[in-house]
Amino acid sequence: MIGHVESKKNYTLIFLALIVLTAVTSVVSYVDMGPFNTVVALVIAVIKMLLVALFFMHVRYSSRLTKLVVVGGLAWLALLLFLSMSDFVSRNWLSPGH
Amino acid sequence: MVNTETLAVREQFESAAQQKEASTLGMWIFLVTEIMFFGGLFTAYTVYRSFFADVFAAASNTLSATIGGVNTAVLICSSFTMALAVRASQLGQRRALVWLLIATMFFGSIFLGVKAYEWNEKFEEHHVPGPSFHLEGERNQGQAQLFFSLYFAMTGLHAAHMVVGLALLAVMAYRAQVGRFGPDYYTPIDVTGLYWHFVDIIWIFLFPLLYLIGRHHTA
Repeated sequence: MIGHVESKKNYTLIFLALIVLTAVTSVVSYVDMGPFNTVVALVIAVIKMLLVALFFMHVRYSSRLTKLVVVGGLAWLALLLFLSMSDFVSRNWLSPGH
Repeated sequence: MVNTETLAVREQFESAAQQKEASTLGMWIFLVTEIMFFGGLFTAYTVYRSFFADVFAAASNTLSATIGGVNTAVLICSSFTMALAVRASQLGQRRALVWLLIATMFFGSIFLGVKAYEWNEKFEEHHVPGPSFHLEGERNQGQAQLFFSLYFAMTGLHAAHMVVGLALLAVMAYRAQVGRFGPDYYTPIDVTGLYWHFVDIIWIFLFPLLYLIGRHHTA
């Protein structure tokens, strides 16, 4: 047999954690925390993503090369978001009359 | 009966483990291109939401958070059965594998059915971008249309991926049924699982970003 076999118990725990986090993100979105609503929503989404990727997608037991590709993909996405936003946010910083 | 042809290690590989590693890596590289594919939409969303935060929040509130939340749970169920399906294939449990793949397709189909219901609702409420678009009580109809354009583009692209996933699962269920897979060869199931979980992760981000951004204004 090739590869790591995760126990049914672990899969069930991850599944339950994902369901609970879905409920938490739904309920918490009704609480007014100002700009932190978005932060909390994204933190919960990232935790859920990590649970799915590490356990359901076996990244935890993958080779270092596969891990590098995964992290590299997310790094490029971060670059895309960061550079795009740095453009849009700073566009009128140099406009005349300021 | 196990088809021996699929078990064979092709000559460019040293071992079955290396062959599987190559397939997994190839799938991950494809998924990285998918991250960038969806990434463009997520970036567009981030830019316009930062410009028109209030309109986006108001438009988001017209979506049903309950339906969206339940559908998220349905999709997580499908990911759970998919993970168990890969496990069954690793252990050579053919019957369990077939049924778990069918269960995954079942949950995936429910998700798409609910999505279709939601889209239909948008048409009836005139929340589809176009000449007949109208969002009640909103002065910036153009900005509201932008939200719904992104809503349809993102959920539409996601649903298209689900349809592809369902087709893949159907092929895998058939091949599992005729005994193509075993503990020494389950790469196609594993790789299909990676794709399915990836589509789940996209929805994990779409749900809070599309459905929940304006809820605290109504509380």
